[in-house]
Amino acid sequence: MEGVAGGITPSVTAVLKIAREHVDAMIAHAREDHPDEACGVIIGPEGSNVPTRLIRMTNAERSPTFFRFEPQEQFALYKQMSTTGEEIVVVYHSHTATEAYPSRTDISLASEPQAHYLIVSTAESDASSEGTVSVRSFRIVDGAVTEEEIDVTE
Amino acid sequence: MSVEVRIPTILRTFTGGEKAVHGDGATLQEVLDDIDARNPGLKDRIVESEALRRFVNVYVNDEDVRFAGGLNAPTSDGDVVVVLPAVAGG
Repeated sequence: MEGVAGGITPSVTAVLKIAREHVDAMIAHAREDHPDEACGVIIGPEGSNVPTRLIRMTNAERSPTFFRFEPQEQFALYKQMSTTGEEIVVVYHSHTATEAYPSRTDISLASEPQAHYLIVSTAESDASSEGTVSVRSFRIVDGAVTEEEIDVTE
Repeated sequence: MSVEVRIPTILRTFTGGEKAVHGDGATLQEVLDDIDARNPGLKDRIVESEALRRFVNVYVNDEDVRFAGGLNAPTSDGDVVVVLPAVAGG
């Protein structure tokens, strides 16, 4: 997915570099929890912008239209990251009946300006391992949504 | 001594980028009022209609204040308050 004709690097285009195993793990999580929304994070060293460790979070809402990290789990994650010097690099969740684009709720509640918001849509595949699953990534800052490319590394 | 309040990234625009600020008070409400005096607007992002905002979690010494008196949760010197916006969406 890399390489631009003419050797010009478009610095204005944001890119999320992410490991294949993480993408596969998020899709698997989304399929398992379908038709409810699945959610989780990939954390990495503070300031690195490199997602290294995927952690599934419990969707406290257990809902097909809403998600919220279980508060005690989120607090435990916060404490762990404070100790290890890590931060949330990717926040992921699934949409189970709509496209992989931030909903109005996603935009109004986005509270991690440093994070990549990754959405997995299982709307066209259900829980089966066949059918199309779409995965898209966004920055959401002050209500503004910017889609970015996903560069999957093997 | 005073109460340390840890500020999440999204609210650091109110604290000049500081990850933590200090305030005095015998309750969470008083501490928030105190830090808001030096960081105007911060409290409004945590409190709404005199209650904690629905999508903001607050902890005093590791205890979720929703189960410890809410804004009336007692605080004392050396306590640590953590403000953690819920990660949520639809």
